Amino acid sequence: MKKRELAALIDVSFTLNRGERIAIVGESGAGKSILGFSIVNLISKPGYIESGSIKLENKELTTMNLRQLQEIRGKRIAMIFQDPMMTLNPVLTIGNQLVETIRSHTNISYKDARNIAIEKLHNVQISSPEKRFDQYPHELSGGMRQRVIIAAVLLLNPDIIIADEPTTALDVTIQAEILQLLLSICRDNGVALILISHDLGVVSKVAERTLVMYAGHIVEEGPTLEIINDPQHPYTQGLLNALPQMTIPGQRLNQIQGSMPSLAERPTGCAFHPRCPYATQKCKQEQPQFIYSGVSSVACFMIEDMLNEFADTDKEVL
Amino acid sequence: MATPLIQISGLEKAFSTNESWLGQWRLRQGKLARHKDSVHALNGVNLTINQGETLCVVGETGCGKSTLARVIMGLTPPSAGEIHYLDQRIDQLNNRQRMFFRRRMQMVFQNPYASLNPRMTVYQTLSEPISFHNPQLSQSSVDEKIDELLESVGISASSSDRYPHEFSGGQRQRISLARALSVEPDFIVADEPLSALDVSVQAQVLNLMMDKQEERNLSYLFITHDLAVVEHFATRVAVMYLGRICELSPTSTLFSSPKHPYTQALLSAIPRLDSNTAQPIRLIGEVPTPTEKPIGCVFQARCPYANQRCYESSPSMTLQSDGSSVACHAIEEGRL
Amino acid sequence: MKHPKKDLTHPIAGSRWNHIWSGVVGDKLAMMALIIFVFYCLVALLAPLVAPYDVSDPAFMDLLNSELPPSWISGNSQFLLGTDAQGRDLLSVILYGTRLSLTIGICAVLIQVTLGICIGLVAGYLGGRIDNFLMRCADIQLSFSNMMVAIVFLAIFQSLFGMARYQQLAMVILILVIGLTEWPLFARTIRASVLAEKQQEYVDAARVMGISSKRIMFRHILPNTLSPILVIFTVQIANAIVAEAALSFLGLGMPATEPSLGSLISEGFAYMFAGSWWICVIPSITLIILILAMNLLGDWLRDHLNPRAYKD
Repeated sequence: MKKRELAALIDVSFTLNRGERIAIVGESGAGKSILGFSIVNLISKPGYIESGSIKLENKELTTMNLRQLQEIRGKRIAMIFQDPMMTLNPVLTIGNQLVETIRSHTNISYKDARNIAIEKLHNVQISSPEKRFDQYPHELSGGMRQRVIIAAVLLLNPDIIIADEPTTALDVTIQAEILQLLLSICRDNGVALILISHDLGVVSKVAERTLVMYAGHIVEEGPTLEIINDPQHPYTQGLLNALPQMTIPGQRLNQIQGSMPSLAERPTGCAFHPRCPYATQKCKQEQPQFIYSGVSSVACFMIEDMLNEFADTDKEVL
Repeated sequence: MATPLIQISGLEKAFSTNESWLGQWRLRQGKLARHKDSVHALNGVNLTINQGETLCVVGETGCGKSTLARVIMGLTPPSAGEIHYLDQRIDQLNNRQRMFFRRRMQMVFQNPYASLNPRMTVYQTLSEPISFHNPQLSQSSVDEKIDELLESVGISASSSDRYPHEFSGGQRQRISLARALSVEPDFIVADEPLSALDVSVQAQVLNLMMDKQEERNLSYLFITHDLAVVEHFATRVAVMYLGRICELSPTSTLFSSPKHPYTQALLSAIPRLDSNTAQPIRLIGEVPTPTEKPIGCVFQARCPYANQRCYESSPSMTLQSDGSSVACHAIEEGRL
Repeated sequence: MKHPKKDLTHPIAGSRWNHIWSGVVGDKLAMMALIIFVFYCLVALLAPLVAPYDVSDPAFMDLLNSELPPSWISGNSQFLLGTDAQGRDLLSVILYGTRLSLTIGICAVLIQVTLGICIGLVAGYLGGRIDNFLMRCADIQLSFSNMMVAIVFLAIFQSLFGMARYQQLAMVILILVIGLTEWPLFARTIRASVLAEKQQEYVDAARVMGISSKRIMFRHILPNTLSPILVIFTVQIANAIVAEAALSFLGLGMPATEPSLGSLISEGFAYMFAGSWWICVIPSITLIILILAMNLLGDWLRDHLNPRAYKD
């Protein structure tokens, strides 16, 4: 059998400023989780980073060895996953795991570490943290576990938190609480946040800037509110219009035809063209470049043409 | 005037958590006694589903909404209570007697990756119920019917020889719907049919369900936790908490003026796109596991308005002036 | 017509076989094991055509030719692998012995599979008291060493009906004894997969359709549990052949007139230290290679039939 390589991310670039909260939005298969994992070089085999660079301040992360990376992971960049049990060890008490984390990175006594851990549990609004300290992960509810994870993340004062669908497995009421908590923690400690989510409602509550991904590309990037109120890219428009709250109850929803292509079936040109109502011949052949539309940065020929037209008329007027 | 299709009264369901017979014996005060541990998933549900309407049941994990669906469909027997289809009681039927109702009531499941048999092609999946319930049909008319069904849910008939794993999640959910429609039911229970799908695909499936409802005058019992979908799709909404219905209202009434304290908290927690919504109401504690049959109001432990009466007696559904029914002592007493 | 009349029971997706096949081709060890197994099967099937001598010929057994060493020692090209104590051509005897061993192995495992599937499906799907009862039966069956059951049973049969009767029916009895003692392995594996499959929503969907339990068990659940069955199937054939060889070695297996690999080894063992080592060693090597190939194949299947590896 011939081995094939499939690109999950293509030419993705963005910057995250200190203390900024950004969101990566997309449907399943868009490559948003892989992007999150790539940042801390946590891609499992057979995947690998083929080219490109990821810089934390001035340090290049892609060429670091495992030891240097481990220093970065946790201490500088922490991750929160959809399933808290991915991080929590089911056979150790919550307290033990927290204390272990502190003591593996700093040189303090068990008692001090315990005090810090309990304080952090208190910070994430866990009731009676002394009692929870001695409990096992399975004794806690999903929302409580996610709080413990956030406490664990806070222990080492990271600069960046990458949260991959942190509330997807939770009920709405719990989701609202966790989002609130995440937001206040980032604000209070000046931590930057990369929120990976498929839910535009969640994103609008937390992130200042949003990247919309489709089939391995970033198709639109801009301030969250602008993107939600005035989406430029046809995919973003479709995604927002498909939400039930965008139509009058009882009416048909505005659907996007088809579904996201798999990695192996990615079309040529703009990846969205088979589903795009505005697709032209050009979209089928060429990959659009990022262009600033005045609202957000968009990779779309339609927007590009529109802007060029405006520029031309402007010239004529002058 | 709406005619009731399904009527449910006093429905209860308890799951025993120590199944094995030996494990049920305990020493109590020096005596050996048999004791069954159980979880009470449904604690007296009364509900009517009218012809042609979409009744949405919302609630959080563990509120018993999926159990309700399974009990109605006869996948698990109720511990107490009655279910009527039109004027016939259907909760105590055996497999043979139930066969008639199998054609009238169908179900769409949550996980499109598990609800289709991975070893059966789409053709096999659809032909089984059709030829099973219509043994008089000839092979060619079964084929015709399958093609028709597939086209009607937006799957090309030429792909009927393919296996489920060759389809995307949204397409699989369409095939599931086609299977449910294959016996021409007039009532469909949909247990979180959209929760495993992406937003753009959710819209496709929801549209399809609405089209089918219009075409065939279907009634839906739609179980979900996604309130945005409820607001769009439902005729009436039932809010469930710990195995009981605490509020039942026409959709617009529920969303414009939620009455029950739990409904209020639930609605405030939806992450809306406009950023200027009020802070979500924070509830105390978490949803408990009902190992004992609850005494009093199911919501008392987390309710900010609970008083002594709420701990002692369970509130019953009372009709409000705007057409909603609420089970809450505080509202009854005018405290809220 | 767009849909030719299709067999609804056909359980296995073409994609699964394609997947297995492309995997085998990619893995040298698995490929070799498969080639060896196919070679043995062909030899067993074609033994009457391939064997240089006809075993049913009265002239086949010639004491004058007894204990001749293999041709590369004696230089005598008449008997490639030498002869045994009765003067039979060892190559021909081994070919027929392989045929017998494989037949007994496969037939015994077919009995095990049939019993195991029925009991496992019923226990797993119906659950409750039936499940408890059937699984306790399996436990009891497993608590006796199958060798012990076989020895006791065969010894009783021999003493009751006499040696002559036994030699007539030896093969059938061996198949039955080995087949009936090892079903719990299959039953347990199938029950475990059924319990997992029962939770899947497609089973509920079939129930909602009113499909009968029997049909759900055999048409819906069974095809989805076949992967682990296939794995144990290969390993169990090897085990059954070994069990037969061991019984034969103890004198409870195939008679000397109709030797399987096991009885050949047993018979040759007496001459081991008298200098005629080949009578014992060559059948042993034949057996070892077969068992090794089967086990390699089983291991490989177990690694590659992991449902997660091919479902998507």
